[in-house]
Amino acid sequence: MASWGEASESRLIGKRITRLSGKDKVTGKAKYTFDINRPGMLYGRILRSDVAHATVMGIDMSEAEALPGVKAVIPLIEIGNKLRYQGQEIAAVAAETDDIAKDAIRLIHVDLEELPHVVTEADAMADGAPQIRDDWASNQSEPNIREDGNLEAGFAEAAVEVEATYHTAVQTHVCLETHGHVAEWEDEQNLTVWASTQGVFGVRNDFAQHFELPANQVRVITEHMGGGFGSKFSPGVEGHAAAELSRISGKAVKLMLTRKAEHLVAGNRPSMTQHVRAGATRDGRLIAYDMKGHGTGGISSGAGFQAPYVYHVPNLRTEKVNVATNAGNQRAMRAPGHPQASFAMDSLMDELAEKLGMNPLEFRRINDANEVRQAQYTLGAQEIGWHRRNSVAGSGTGVKKRGMGLGSGLWGGGGGRGTEARVTINSDGTVEAVTGTQDIGTGVRTVIAIIVAEELGLAPTDIMVTVGDSQPGLPSGGSGGSQTTPSVAPVIKTAAAAAKQKLFERIAPLLDAPVGDLRVGTGTIYVVSDRTKTITWQQAAGQLGMESISEGGQWDEELRQNGAAGTQFAEVEVDTETGALKVIKIVAVQDCGLAINRLTTESQINGGVIMGLGQAILEERFMDPYTGRMLNANLEDYKVPGTFEIPEIKSIVFDTHRKVTGVGEPPCIPTPGAIANAVYNAIGVRIRELPITSDKILTALVEKKA
Amino acid sequence: MSDKEKKQGTNISRRNFLKGVGTGTVAATVVPSVLIGSEQAAEAQEGGAISSATIQLNINEKSYEVEVEARTTLLTVLRDGMDTSGNNVDLTGAKLICDRGECGGCTVMVDGQTVYACMMLAMDAQGKKITTIEGLANGDDLHPVQDAFIQHDALMCGFCTPGFVVSSAALLNENKTPSLDEIKDGLSGNTCRCGTYPFIFDAVKTASRKM
Repeated sequence: MASWGEASESRLIGKRITRLSGKDKVTGKAKYTFDINRPGMLYGRILRSDVAHATVMGIDMSEAEALPGVKAVIPLIEIGNKLRYQGQEIAAVAAETDDIAKDAIRLIHVDLEELPHVVTEADAMADGAPQIRDDWASNQSEPNIREDGNLEAGFAEAAVEVEATYHTAVQTHVCLETHGHVAEWEDEQNLTVWASTQGVFGVRNDFAQHFELPANQVRVITEHMGGGFGSKFSPGVEGHAAAELSRISGKAVKLMLTRKAEHLVAGNRPSMTQHVRAGATRDGRLIAYDMKGHGTGGISSGAGFQAPYVYHVPNLRTEKVNVATNAGNQRAMRAPGHPQASFAMDSLMDELAEKLGMNPLEFRRINDANEVRQAQYTLGAQEIGWHRRNSVAGSGTGVKKRGMGLGSGLWGGGGGRGTEARVTINSDGTVEAVTGTQDIGTGVRTVIAIIVAEELGLAPTDIMVTVGDSQPGLPSGGSGGSQTTPSVAPVIKTAAAAAKQKLFERIAPLLDAPVGDLRVGTGTIYVVSDRTKTITWQQAAGQLGMESISEGGQWDEELRQNGAAGTQFAEVEVDTETGALKVIKIVAVQDCGLAINRLTTESQINGGVIMGLGQAILEERFMDPYTGRMLNANLEDYKVPGTFEIPEIKSIVFDTHRKVTGVGEPPCIPTPGAIANAVYNAIGVRIRELPITSDKILTALVEKKA
Repeated sequence: MSDKEKKQGTNISRRNFLKGVGTGTVAATVVPSVLIGSEQAAEAQEGGAISSATIQLNINEKSYEVEVEARTTLLTVLRDGMDTSGNNVDLTGAKLICDRGECGGCTVMVDGQTVYACMMLAMDAQGKKITTIEGLANGDDLHPVQDAFIQHDALMCGFCTPGFVVSSAALLNENKTPSLDEIKDGLSGNTCRCGTYPFIFDAVKTASRKM
């Protein structure tokens, strides 16, 4: 049975190893799609709808076409079709400079017949609201209803009840490298696309289908990419437009979204509203849960969430609907549905615990069946100093009050089949590892190098890793669901092991030993039964002569594991005069199986916590109900965490087993709930809406006094 | 004055105004020379063409002769510019991220001061010493900040990294031993979305000990 071996036997795996792309990234040499400059390249831009709902009556592109420097103009919507959200694509241009492209966009004249819009859930759900989806009976989808146990009997057994409404705002991904592509046709049948994507092969197949080409005649390259967070799996309208503009003009075309468009059309995390009534028994068991909830993913569906979350309730009824609004489509965003669900559930848990007069940590211990998290509770509580928590919420003295809270999460991240990889040993001793995955910033290149180097007794920097290119024809899946490392690692390991075995077979006669007695040392191969028999890696590889060893790998179920539990503890400080909220410390205890690279794993946990913190205290897409426009489609008014918001973060790599589990998403899940509970513990007033901003805190404090 | 205010200086309104002029009424653009401060660019434009001028820029101790329009930003020259011999400038380390002086992804040094290259007109950079991320290392010897960023994994996707590295180097030029709060203040004009901040703070502390 394949295994990663014991920690004590690992030379590299599980250690803190700096990433291979580090030098290129700190010197500005790393080339992202946005940085690709091709000979004679044109710049593409898209004209987008400035209204939320309208019918296109006419598009006049003649002035744009006549502008010097403009090489191609194409419509992206048919006359008579509807625009259903601000930012929807109308036409695209390619010009010699980006400024000329910008000018040309302004010379396209569009005749619109505006239609009534709804951009907020309240407006969409109101009686008499204009219906904006032809395929639904109203602006609400058919309810998704789940029932378990006996709700009425459950409430009859409950000693305490809480009834509350929890809400989270729409968040946008804010990838720093906006979505975009550089497309270049070699001839009519061969297309190369540099894509800022988290799914190289998915994008390749999409382009091939769109342009009716054999898949291997489209090459997609993503050497580096500037963030995706779930929003960058397909080329989208802008990708197809870039390739079409390139086809027409015969030149390479770079088309990257503007920051504004990135907010409007490149995905978002749907909102969530839950109206919950729940009950617990005197001895602290969750017993009944009745929830009616909704969310909006804009014009699309997909505003799902789990309720209840993590903790088990035997008697329940839940009813969820999607609400359609005239806003850009939601896309998967880092642990889709989970942070919202965790915020609502963990807030509810604290509210029930208080009614029971029970420590919220104790209440969770009673209701949490997950053994990993039970252990995490103990560790996290020690690390934050849970004993310092206010036993009575808001009982601290002074203007600035501190409090503590916790939240929990669960994710899959077990990886899956579908990755092909190849490890090659050349006679000069060089080693290549190739697979079609992509590094979206998590450091999979380095993970691959570590695994191969461990297997072959080399250093990670000795391994030449190629990812982010479809050309070698070694497919891998998209980087979503925290699946990259658990999907790739087993295949890379088995490929490296197979290559090693082949090398052993070649050199066993030379060492006069059975193949089974050979082992790798550090840059050496030796005979385990007679350690005087040893040769260097270079000497061994030199035996290959003109041939290289090149071996593929296999998926191995035993090398990975699904299920990553996490819990986080937050300490906050609230200024009761200004409402200013400062997160002081977050302790994140994150199950992540075998952390191949402890350093980059810690980076990911930090990153998840910070994204969760953004959702908790800053981030909200503001829609203007009157104009139908997003009011903060920039980085000035849409706030993401900056240096001043960063608390002390204690990221604990909770590696309880030696199988690989992905950890990209789970650390963002428990943060909002932990912070919300800490705010309550500080001031004794509960904020049931994210983000928790100063105005909400002040209003709540005033209402409490009154 | 915070780091962000310093970086934006007074260029914000000028650049936005000029950009607006340049893009809004393209058919009859005449950019008043008084706003540009450059005789070369003051040539009148007729027939719908936008005037351009050839200027010299000193970037990473190398002289570049580039043709620019009045509205062309320093960042556009660095990333998309072409010198008069037809070679791409191709200094793409500085990134275009927010395009409005909010995120620091395009931070470069101009005469030793950090500047958002998206907020500075190329013409205003004439006669000044421009240092980009590509010019920070001394040959193969990385700047201590660059070394520390690698060592601490102070980067993930890496898109914001050049801006953070330049800002960190500039901070340490002014303050050899910044406290955590001073580091936060010094880097407040830069934004990271992957959440690398904690390790960036560690990296700056390490670099400060080595400088």
